[in-house]
Amino acid sequence: MKITIDGRSVDAQPGQTVLDAARAAGIWIPALCYHPKTGKAGRCRACVVEVEGQRGLKESCALPVREGMVVRTDTPRIHSVRRMIVELLLSEGHHNCISCQANGICELQDMAYHLGIDRPGLRIDSHPTPLDDSSPGILRESDKCIHCGRCVAACQNGVVNQVLAFAHRGSHARVVCDDDVPMGQSSCVQCGECVQVCPVGALTLKQPRERKIRPYEARPTKVTCPYCGVGCQIDLYTKDNRYAYAMAHEQDWQEQPNQGMLCVKGRFGLDFVDAPDRLRHPLVRKNGELVEASWDEALDRVAAGFKEIKEKHGPDAIGFLTSAKVTNEENYAFSRFARAVIGTNNIDHCARL
Amino acid sequence: MTNSMAEVVKSKVILVIGSNTTWNHPVFGSLMKRAVKHHGAKLIVCDPRRIELCDFAHIWLQQRNGSDVALLSGLQYIILHEGWENASYIRERCEGYEEYRKAIEFFTPEKVEELTGVKPADLRAAAELFARSGVGALYYCMGITQHSHGVDNVKACVNLQLITGNIGVEGGGVNPLRGQSNVQGACDMGGLPNVFTAYQPVTNPAAVEKFSKAWGAPLSAKPGMTLTEMIPAAGDKIRALYVLGENPMMSDPNLHHVEESLEKLDLLVVQDIFLTETARLADVVLPGVSFAEKTGTITNTERRVQLTWPALVPTGNVRQDYEIVADLAKRFGHDFPRTPEGLFEEMRRLTPSYAGMTYRRLERVGLQWPCPSEDHPGTKVLHCGKFARGLALLTPLSYRPPAEVPDGEFDMVLSTGRILQHYHTGSMTRRSSILNLIVAAGHVELHPEDARRAGIAADDRVVVVTRRGRIETRALVTQRVAPGSIFVPFHFAEAAANRLTNDALDPVAKIPEYKVCAARIERAGTAKA
Repeated sequence: MKITIDGRSVDAQPGQTVLDAARAAGIWIPALCYHPKTGKAGRCRACVVEVEGQRGLKESCALPVREGMVVRTDTPRIHSVRRMIVELLLSEGHHNCISCQANGICELQDMAYHLGIDRPGLRIDSHPTPLDDSSPGILRESDKCIHCGRCVAACQNGVVNQVLAFAHRGSHARVVCDDDVPMGQSSCVQCGECVQVCPVGALTLKQPRERKIRPYEARPTKVTCPYCGVGCQIDLYTKDNRYAYAMAHEQDWQEQPNQGMLCVKGRFGLDFVDAPDRLRHPLVRKNGELVEASWDEALDRVAAGFKEIKEKHGPDAIGFLTSAKVTNEENYAFSRFARAVIGTNNIDHCARL
Repeated sequence: MTNSMAEVVKSKVILVIGSNTTWNHPVFGSLMKRAVKHHGAKLIVCDPRRIELCDFAHIWLQQRNGSDVALLSGLQYIILHEGWENASYIRERCEGYEEYRKAIEFFTPEKVEELTGVKPADLRAAAELFARSGVGALYYCMGITQHSHGVDNVKACVNLQLITGNIGVEGGGVNPLRGQSNVQGACDMGGLPNVFTAYQPVTNPAAVEKFSKAWGAPLSAKPGMTLTEMIPAAGDKIRALYVLGENPMMSDPNLHHVEESLEKLDLLVVQDIFLTETARLADVVLPGVSFAEKTGTITNTERRVQLTWPALVPTGNVRQDYEIVADLAKRFGHDFPRTPEGLFEEMRRLTPSYAGMTYRRLERVGLQWPCPSEDHPGTKVLHCGKFARGLALLTPLSYRPPAEVPDGEFDMVLSTGRILQHYHTGSMTRRSSILNLIVAAGHVELHPEDARRAGIAADDRVVVVTRRGRIETRALVTQRVAPGSIFVPFHFAEAAANRLTNDALDPVAKIPEYKVCAARIERAGTAKA
């Protein structure tokens, strides 16, 4: 069906929301509580739009498209409502971009910038909440929480680990772990999905902070997780050829095997690539000790050894263990080496183990 | 997997057996939990341990370790006696029914209770839920395969899915969850002793001729040895071993023997990124690169081939793994392609199920094999309409006990496996700072009743002993294991589970029996030698 957004005719699918249809057409409607993975929440009201023939402002994240609908996303009235929402959020809690790990990737900061908010104009007394740094990988700063509910929805309905929930009432309302215990003492398995969807700095990864790498300085590369066989697609962030942190790859997430999620190993277990004891040189055993050698020396010794054994005992005296960790291309090359170069079918790997 | 992971939300009923999914395949475990919580799927968990999925299950069957053939056949006995089977599917798509049906008669609910410990009423409830809920998926993992009768276990899974008509349909299938990022790919690429790429047998003269022509060399038509055969033959039939990115000194059964065997070799070559337990024994160590430093394709558990890109430039005097192999081949006068894409292009011309894949096509979300031509969309569900062999074979099975069962001296059942925070031989996860903050060392899971009887308190140092070896570790007293059972994760070199495990193999698949052996447990210090 067709709807009109900001004077443009836009294609929409039945069942789609106005927000989804607009974003699919490249029209940006801001939203702090809505996230494609967690769906509509109807909390922040930042995504409000005007619909011709309807009174009041409508939340576009919860508004189904109708044939012929005429929508405006950027009028002075919408602008002033959004401004008030962001000012209220900024005035409450403790938002300090200088020291915040989310600086540069914060959706609230982004909205404030685009709305031209210099500094919050309201004074709201809020209740300071202590930092929760009790878990190994995630830092929780409740004072930066805007109660959007994304993390709760993701934890309850996305990864279904069912740890995070809202607790307490009114201005005391907070996101808690289990029955309000520190994250490190809760049933949280540290999958990090809450960090992945948090629009602000309330939930951040400790890894880049410890490495003094701000997210906007790091660049992502799409890699396949090296652990189990699910094949999760990961954005591996690096800076100056150093590992920084990992996030689930979210482009086309519905079609990816991991649907935009990771587990504790994929999220936090990739820093072994930077381990100080990575092998950096070929090693050859001399007088019982493994010592550093040149590539030519190491490869010549392997080739000479294989040739000698093949001559003396035949090709089937040589065995090959290929790897469930290397690529298909490398497995193919290794199998070709065993079969065509050495002449044996003695090749296997750890599929049985 | 015959089917795809995303389909789990379309299953009406899910049976999980021998897979601790939320620990070993956590992201897929989330999808499974979503299927139950939000899509109305019924969940049946069959596991000797009370795994996390039991909290989501409608029925949990706690069978004894190693009794899976009896359990699965018992379900089939009830389904067939109640007439809940899919008779037209059996008639049109299966063969061997008569003999299979006779074999099933052995597995009466009473017999099954005797063998598995599962009560007839629970078995019946599970059979009814599975057979009468609609399309059903079966997921399994190493809890099914790592037995001296692992092949029978798999066949019992297949039989169940055949008589209920669940193979070749969306939301169904027989779905082994593969435990390594590219174990599927390593198999597809011919990293097995009996087949070339895409399972073309080395005993098929046409395949030998095809590969021989492509590779410019004569090839052997004699199937090679499996890993579990090669290691014990070291120093005897096997004189040299070239190990690429594997760590048999941690991953193989009965490690004491593995070490003795590897030391007997004339030449041990290890290509890895760390000086692993195996690399320490090597004559030559060749430094390759990590997953984050390479380009190439990886095939996941649902046969999806995905591209991976280099995020880091390797440092030090190291080489890409394919370069090392090509450099060696060169010394024998063979020219190998010198780029990942060059290798992929050569491979796909020889590999029918990958023939339609190109790097460009794989870029976005990958493709699932078979993908025979460049206009083929890939295959989400296998065996739709027709099986590769025509009709599916229903296999008659009989119950066989594990190779080693508890007795007076070794009175506990020991099972091994993975935990959520660590992985396989630990060469990656134990170098991760956060994972080691969460779990720094190994343990043995022990039921409170057994702990009380042995005078063991939580966190005590304990010794686990089997006929093959002993380890000292920490007691994790938990009701996750059944009384009489213990569980040891195998990631921890200082308390290596595989010093204990039995190297009894399945006669066909040559897989070791990691899930059952006899052991005893004592407080450290009080242990007999």
